[in-house]
Amino acid sequence: MITYLQNNYPEVLSDLVEHLWLALIPVVVGAALSLPLGYLAVRVPSLYQPVVNVGAVLYSIPSLALFLMIPVIIGVGYLSPLNVLIGLSLYTLALLARTVADALISVQGETTQAARALGYRPLRQLFGVELPMAAPVIFAGLRVATVANISLVSVGALVGSGGLGNLFTGGFQLGFVEPIIIGIVLSMLLAGLCDVGLVLLQRRLTPWTRVGGRA
Amino acid sequence: MITFDQVTKTFPGGNVAVDNLSLELPTGQITVFVGPSGCGKTTSLRMINRTIEPTSGTISIDGEDVSTQDAALLRRKIGYVIQHAGLFPHRTVADNIATVPLLNGVNKKQAREEAVQLLARVGLEESMAGRYPTQLSGGQQQRVGVARALAADPPVMLMDEPFSAVDPIVRDGLQKEFLRLQAELGKTIAFVTHDIDEAIKLGDTVAIFRVGGHLAQVGSPQELLDSPADEFVADFVGRDRGFRGLSFVTADKLEVEPVQAYVDRTSGARLVLDDGGRPQGWRFEEAGSPQPLAGTFTVEDNLRLVTDLAISSPAGAAVRVDHDGVADGVVAHEAIARHLTAMRRESER
Repeated sequence: MITYLQNNYPEVLSDLVEHLWLALIPVVVGAALSLPLGYLAVRVPSLYQPVVNVGAVLYSIPSLALFLMIPVIIGVGYLSPLNVLIGLSLYTLALLARTVADALISVQGETTQAARALGYRPLRQLFGVELPMAAPVIFAGLRVATVANISLVSVGALVGSGGLGNLFTGGFQLGFVEPIIIGIVLSMLLAGLCDVGLVLLQRRLTPWTRVGGRA
Repeated sequence: MITFDQVTKTFPGGNVAVDNLSLELPTGQITVFVGPSGCGKTTSLRMINRTIEPTSGTISIDGEDVSTQDAALLRRKIGYVIQHAGLFPHRTVADNIATVPLLNGVNKKQAREEAVQLLARVGLEESMAGRYPTQLSGGQQQRVGVARALAADPPVMLMDEPFSAVDPIVRDGLQKEFLRLQAELGKTIAFVTHDIDEAIKLGDTVAIFRVGGHLAQVGSPQELLDSPADEFVADFVGRDRGFRGLSFVTADKLEVEPVQAYVDRTSGARLVLDDGGRPQGWRFEEAGSPQPLAGTFTVEDNLRLVTDLAISSPAGAAVRVDHDGVADGVVAHEAIARHLTAMRRESER
């Protein structure tokens, strides 16, 4: 195992880096798109159900099938990393749009009513009151999407861009168990670290959720 | 002055919440909207700051039609307090209070400093400025809610059952402080409650609504208690309205008997005084220990308090004291009854 790492250190590192950006760029893109979409689904009630349903259908498409469908639809090569990036962005969007919508709905009540009555305009109220209040729920969705993406990137190895997944395909082809084990461990480690990072970020952004009860 | 001119609100589906309401809320006074649920009192309140738009009619503040003003800017000139305070859970107490000044573009430092000063005004310690709302009790949250409404010093305040969600003792304290604050500030206040006792206690003017959004009667608390317009109002102000009406009559004309000579005719009780002449209790037997007083009153107190003291006193009499707490008279409930009868004769004449 150690010997394998010593001999293939540059390849493993580049797989790890590739894995990271293949997983995280879609999280950022998906999250950025899910905020306006989720907000729209709240503002226009007739859009809520379609957003939920389309998201559910999208999420039910197997990842390998999705990675193979995308080049047909948008006309890029079968081996382009764009396929994985777009596919995972869609999964993230499917998961988060509903989360954002539900989180925004859950914070409606006395507080948002008070905000309006105090003289907030809708957009400022969204960013100043509703999104911060919804942040804990949105972060929970973000953590699920991030971990799911990190595990799904490996599938991309079958279509040419798989990060640590390359270690699995390589290991199977050559009959080596070491790269497979290294790939699994690093992938899990990456997921764990990203999750911890998000938890720390959330603690920083939502200090009010950590204060104790009544003093 | 806030003026409702033939205001009607019909909700989608045809439910008439407010039906042709015309009403004036005098400047610098508290006008209470009271009535059973579904009477349109909250809808009426919310039409003032345009969080609900009327179907027809106009509402104006100091002659200016609210519907012609920018809704957000209008609302920043109108303080707003609701039942559970509705504080922002993600902001500290100081930032909650600073909400409207910050919306108006006041810089953060100045808005926060002013917010901290407002804390004392509503009876909270400055050390609470950095806390989050979940760290406060319900009563403290409500005080912060009032401070938030006052922060931009709006001439008009809307209060929607602000004290309904706290326990009775805290509520009583909040109501008293609210009246003290209003005596200092003189805001034009519209106050919604379903509690007629609260309405009578706080209102300069009380508007009683009935289901269907009709105004049943408008008047001072005493007018409503003394001469209810119809059976609904009489019923709503309650069976003991005669007794409650006594809270508007001061005890200055009440005749008292001298302290030293007073002996209760049925029990033989005498008042026990300390060396300074302050009342200590009632003694029923020469050797027995004195029984505690129910309390004392001064000439400025009202007849409701005096009557209550006499009823709850072990000797059946209330003790009057001067401003130094020295007993200067005793009145038995028979004497109170005679006084009330004389009062009624006088008013009928």
